[in-house]
Amino acid sequence: MSLETPLHRVQGLGSAHSGVKHFWRERVTAAALIPLSLWFVFSVLLFVGKTESEIAAYFQHPWNALLMATFVIVTCVHMMLGLQVVIDDYVHHPGQRIVLLLLNRAFAWLVGGLSLVALLRLVGG
Amino acid sequence: MADNPQTPPVRGRPLSPHLSIYKWPVTMATSITHRMTGIAISAGMVLVAWGLIALASGPELYQPFTAALANPVGLIVLFGFLWSLTYHFLNGIRHLAWDLGYGFEVPTANRTGVFVMALSVLISAGAFAYAWWMLSKSVPI
Repeated sequence: MSLETPLHRVQGLGSAHSGVKHFWRERVTAAALIPLSLWFVFSVLLFVGKTESEIAAYFQHPWNALLMATFVIVTCVHMMLGLQVVIDDYVHHPGQRIVLLLLNRAFAWLVGGLSLVALLRLVGG
Repeated sequence: MADNPQTPPVRGRPLSPHLSIYKWPVTMATSITHRMTGIAISAGMVLVAWGLIALASGPELYQPFTAALANPVGLIVLFGFLWSLTYHFLNGIRHLAWDLGYGFEVPTANRTGVFVMALSVLISAGAFAYAWWMLSKSVPI
């Protein structure tokens, strides 16, 4: 006899309360970052020796602005998921873990948010 | 809670060998390096945000940003960021291949591990040398 409710059984999540979503999102963002990070590194290499206004003009191009925004967002999501695994694996004290997991979220939002606001200011002129 | 009056004597029991005495297999080294470079890139994203803020704010913030990167410490940080990104990129592809079921046999995983390690150093050093060369060409000292 099982004490599981039918809903609990059909959700198939067990005691972890979550399924493969984290794993899958980490892989999807990783795959997206293959072209995006290549674009980012080649862009930065292109900036070497360039003036401030030339680099600003590069990001003001619509395609480059879109790619940079996408790079920042996808990187921050991937970063948040990856650092979460590191915290889950190495921080065993539940209180410390929860605080660090929240700080991890805050860090990703802060870095991503600041980058996007700066990019919007740059594009808006 | 009261102390146990019959404190058991502490004897020097033999311990099982710990992590530190084992020879690191290639896959273990590449795995821990993947995590460390991931953390390094996260720190590097602060530089990216700083750069964008500096660029959006004008010369009064852009000058200190480039000055911070141009000094020896900044260059070491920059190379560390570049190598971390290159390594995490290449090893990430290795991880994605594993997830698809390819290259998981131990000899293959060892070979691709050494390959990724060597290639990441080669590519990042090459890119850094290229940047250095471009800079020496464009800025008359």
